[in-house]
Amino acid sequence: MPVSITLTVNGRPAALTVEPNTLLVDAIRQHLSLTGTHVGCDTSQCGACVVHLDGVSVKSCTTLAVQADGRNVTTIEGLAAPDGTLHPMQAAFKEHHGLQCGFCTPGMVMSAVDLARVNPNATPEEIRHWLEGNICRCTGYHNIVKAVESGLQAMKTGAAAQAAE
Amino acid sequence: MYTFSYQKPSSVADAVATLTGDDDAKVVAGGMTLIPTLKQRLAQPSALVDLGSVPGLTGIRRDGDALVIGAMTTHATVAADATVRSALPALAALAGGIGDPAVRHRGTCGGSVANADPAADYPAAVVGLGGTVITDRREIAGDDFFTGLFETALEPGEIITALRFPIPKRAGYAKFRNPASRYAVVGVMVAETAAGIRVAVTGAGASVFRVAAMEQALGGTFSPAALDGIRIEADDLNTDLHASAEYRAHLVTVMARRAVEAAS
Ligand SMILES: Cc1cc2nc3c(=O)[nH]c(=O)nc-3n(C[C@H](O)[C@H](O)[C@H](O)COP(=O)(O)OP(=O)(O)OC[C@H]3O[C@@H](n4cnc5c(N)ncnc54)[C@H](O)[C@@H]3O)c2cc1C
Ligand code: FES
Ligand code: FES
Repeated sequence: MPVSITLTVNGRPAALTVEPNTLLVDAIRQHLSLTGTHVGCDTSQCGACVVHLDGVSVKSCTTLAVQADGRNVTTIEGLAAPDGTLHPMQAAFKEHHGLQCGFCTPGMVMSAVDLARVNPNATPEEIRHWLEGNICRCTGYHNIVKAVESGLQAMKTGAAAQAAE
Repeated sequence: MYTFSYQKPSSVADAVATLTGDDDAKVVAGGMTLIPTLKQRLAQPSALVDLGSVPGLTGIRRDGDALVIGAMTTHATVAADATVRSALPALAALAGGIGDPAVRHRGTCGGSVANADPAADYPAAVVGLGGTVITDRREIAGDDFFTGLFETALEPGEIITALRFPIPKRAGYAKFRNPASRYAVVGVMVAETAAGIRVAVTGAGASVFRVAAMEQALGGTFSPAALDGIRIEADDLNTDLHASAEYRAHLVTVMARRAVEAAS
């Protein structure tokens, strides 16, 4: 029996009709055509599918769309400013070459942005721990950690600048 | 996934009524174990009964000499909670070492205990700290709760509402993690409680178990050296691609020593 749900996705309301067994990632990719969120495994381990649910990082491949009913979802498409200016964490990944093929990147960036909520001053070691659920097959992680370190800094500076305005 | 219907009860009583009326209905909490199982078509529930909107199942409170943690409280909340960190730091560390952040943001203590995975961390806490599992209808002593591989004392349709942990004098948890999933290859909780020393081992056998010889030795002197020479039999332990039974037996002593060292 299909179920009607309403989500707020990247700030915009979205009304969907889904089956109870529709995964949140499929609602995002197939129903909403937001294909930035990736699926890299079927064991809930790779983190390519990480989105924010009410501001907290979760694996959208291991969440049912119906469980997100009435809640806020932010995907990688929701980070950049409307004029296309990259989010500081996205800019840091670009600057520090924190990606190669880019498949893991949406999940990496969404996890990294959530780290700013929990530990904005994370050390490289703490960044590595935080990213344990995000697997990258290309980079060897060094540049990802550098990017996250710099992205966290940039997010703090950005927040301070906003507060001063 | 097979198809199922989805129910969102607004009370524990409603949830129990649905489960009682339909033997094939299943509770979903954080979904971090159940949804992967459904994706692999290893289960075929008729309905999922989501505890996510049932009030009263989350939160942590101090109740005299114990901590009471709602079944729907996430691992991330337990790990970060100031009361848990000061009264029972070993439990905060255990919860903070489960899986990865995204798993900890959804996975719940009630779901972990109900699932009774042989490699899960929480069973070591429930048994090692002398905890109690509180359900919609009764209280079950931790020692009686885990009855085998993925088996518990829960009756069909019974819902865990909270876990109660007496605050120990000191406790420590150490695990040798599977580097991919972070489940326990072997995890040991050691606690000095009002009722004596408890040592509980997860990951090594079909279900969590206590080690009487270690409890006795630590009752004499609470120090890692007290465990020197205590070996546990490999006979009933798990062998899989991660570790042989003999290696797990060895790890039990190593992790127990580390847990004693970490105890605070
Ligand atoms: C990548 C990954 C890594 C993980 N690593 C670890 C790890 O290192 N250590 C570890 O211990 N665990 C680990 N887990 C498991 C995780 O801790 C789960 O959160 C937990 O085992 C189940 O909790 P849940 O809330 O997600 O339950 P669900 O998946 O929703 O439910 C699990 C089972 O319990 C039943 N259930 C749930 N809640 C209740 C309740 N209140 N009353 C009665 N029955 C109930 C359900 O019907 C189901 O059968 C990992 C999981 C993943 C995906
Ligand atoms: S696709 Fe979600 S964890 Fe791999
Ligand atoms: S950049 Fe290719 S998987 Fe990470």
